[in-house]
Amino acid sequence: MAYKIIASQCTGCSACEPECPNVAIREKNGVFIIDPKKCTECLGHFDEPQCVAVCPVDLTCVIDNAFPRYVAPA
Amino acid sequence: MQANTEHIGIEKGKPLEQLLEKIADHKGCGTSSDGGKASCGSSDGPADMAPEVWEKVKNHPCYSEEAHHHYARMHVAVAPACNIQCNYCNRKYDCANESRPGVVSEKLTPEQASKKVLAVASAIPQMTVLGIAGPGDPLANPAKTFKTFELIAKTAPDIKLCLSTNGLTLPDHVDTIKAFNVDHVTITINMVDPEVGQHIYPWIYYKNKRYTGIEAARILTERQLLGLEMLTAAGVLAKINSVMIPGINDKHLVEVNKAVKSRGAFLHNIMPLISAPEHGTVFGLNGQRGPSAQELKALQDACEGEMNMMRHCRQCRADAVGLLGEDRSAEFTTEKIDEMSEVVYDAETRKAYQQLVESERLEKVAAKEAALAEMSDDEVSDIKILIAVATKGQGRVNEHFGHATEFQIYEMSSAGSKFVGHRRVDLYCQGGFGEEETLPSVVRAINDCHAVFVAKIGGCPRDELKAAGIDPVDRFAHEFIEESAITYFKEYVAKVRSHEIVHEMRGDADIRQGAYISAA
Ligand code: SF4
Ligand code: SF4
Ligand code: SF4
Repeated sequence: MAYKIIASQCTGCSACEPECPNVAIREKNGVFIIDPKKCTECLGHFDEPQCVAVCPVDLTCVIDNAFPRYVAPA
Repeated sequence: MQANTEHIGIEKGKPLEQLLEKIADHKGCGTSSDGGKASCGSSDGPADMAPEVWEKVKNHPCYSEEAHHHYARMHVAVAPACNIQCNYCNRKYDCANESRPGVVSEKLTPEQASKKVLAVASAIPQMTVLGIAGPGDPLANPAKTFKTFELIAKTAPDIKLCLSTNGLTLPDHVDTIKAFNVDHVTITINMVDPEVGQHIYPWIYYKNKRYTGIEAARILTERQLLGLEMLTAAGVLAKINSVMIPGINDKHLVEVNKAVKSRGAFLHNIMPLISAPEHGTVFGLNGQRGPSAQELKALQDACEGEMNMMRHCRQCRADAVGLLGEDRSAEFTTEKIDEMSEVVYDAETRKAYQQLVESERLEKVAAKEAALAEMSDDEVSDIKILIAVATKGQGRVNEHFGHATEFQIYEMSSAGSKFVGHRRVDLYCQGGFGEEETLPSVVRAINDCHAVFVAKIGGCPRDELKAAGIDPVDRFAHEFIEESAITYFKEYVAKVRSHEIVHEMRGDADIRQGAYISAA
């Protein structure tokens, strides 16, 4: 139910951090990470995941297959 | 502020240098009147330039060609995020708008940054300008940017604040910029036509959405121009940077020049694209070349009639410390800053230094005026030559040829001397021995010059420069640059007249590619 950041590609630019509507993103050792428990894939907030839209490195913020896709609470 | 733009309008079309010297002379009116070409109270207008504009530019090494010999600016990287993508930028590294690609600068928190600024300002009284620029876009990180300004303004109100932006969110922040008394904003504007822009910007992130192609470029140009208009209306000086990308926006930049001038921009600085595959940028990887020195100068000349062009921008490293170009960053690393317990801000020393510089500067202007006045009417000719100068600053010929990492280029004509730019070169002398491979690259970098002024030069490079047709000149060692250049030019013209030498045009020169590696 979440996006993740591929650490090896993250530049640490911090652009994604303030854009996340759920405050799911924070810095760890110079790169940024997403808390899967907080990430809602931006559903209900925006048309596209904000971290993906702002990230300068394509395919760095991606769906984390370790979790099922997020479903908005009814 | 309406008044600013009007006064600039009166002076438009004159090189900034003339403008500033006129003001410098004007300031001298009360004390002495000899040699003053400026006509106080004459048709040039009561103030020549609004005093508040002069106050803003006179110590700003980015705006005043005079000042950049004496004063220093500093950039801190507190704002790493960006909201657009430029094809000349690889954001793993610095923002190419203000610094050279391929050099990583350290990220600082606003608290670290302000401490560093105060420490540097106390150690280096020349440091009068603090800029927030790349990597990233300061206005894509407004909280960090304005927090830094707030901390610095509290302790060191004499430091001028400036910031550089791609302009996308500028309209949202003009009020805050004004409130913080930021008096210089640089906007990088590479196009005013989305058709052109789509080849420079693959995407932007705006209002929670990613836009691509023409639509992205259209939004960007609208926001940039709106932001510029709002700055002008708020009385904040605005400088425009443009990156010249041959085949993409080189011809179009003349239009950009008109568009920004009509919206009240104070200066327009055209920089060459610096592009190489190892930078990992889109342009670097697809083989997009940068302009040659002659192409760049031709474009700058084409725009000059339109507005003050700035030619001394060196795309310096974003966190460079010290006199422009002279990289002292290593003295002030984050580690060393963190070790400093408390920084005592030395306002007194700074003031004393700045007064000293002011008198040096007036002396230099006077020396140049005197040399110019001696140039009698019959010396007027069409001859133009370029002179490369090795200098460490203070407006003097005071650098050894072998130690020079860059040359200042002056264009000489019967109208006088005009500063036209910098050329970066590899150190010719690495530890005392001239390295053979470097000399040809130095020659290539200044190949369009007739002479090179140095404080000192070895026998070997002297002969090779001569062989390349460049006159190595060390007899003006430690003299003022412009006075010396005028003397040299007069002699040159006289020799051409007496058929002792034949005046010939010189070839084109290279713009140094790649990241500059500090010699230290
Ligand atoms: S997808 Fe949206 S909610 Fe999830 S981390 Fe990215 S910005 Fe935050
Ligand atoms: S925007 Fe991308 S590169 Fe920048 S910090 Fe977030 S994940 Fe890393
Ligand atoms: S605005 Fe600066 S940091 Fe952002 S992509 Fe362009 S050059 Fe890079």
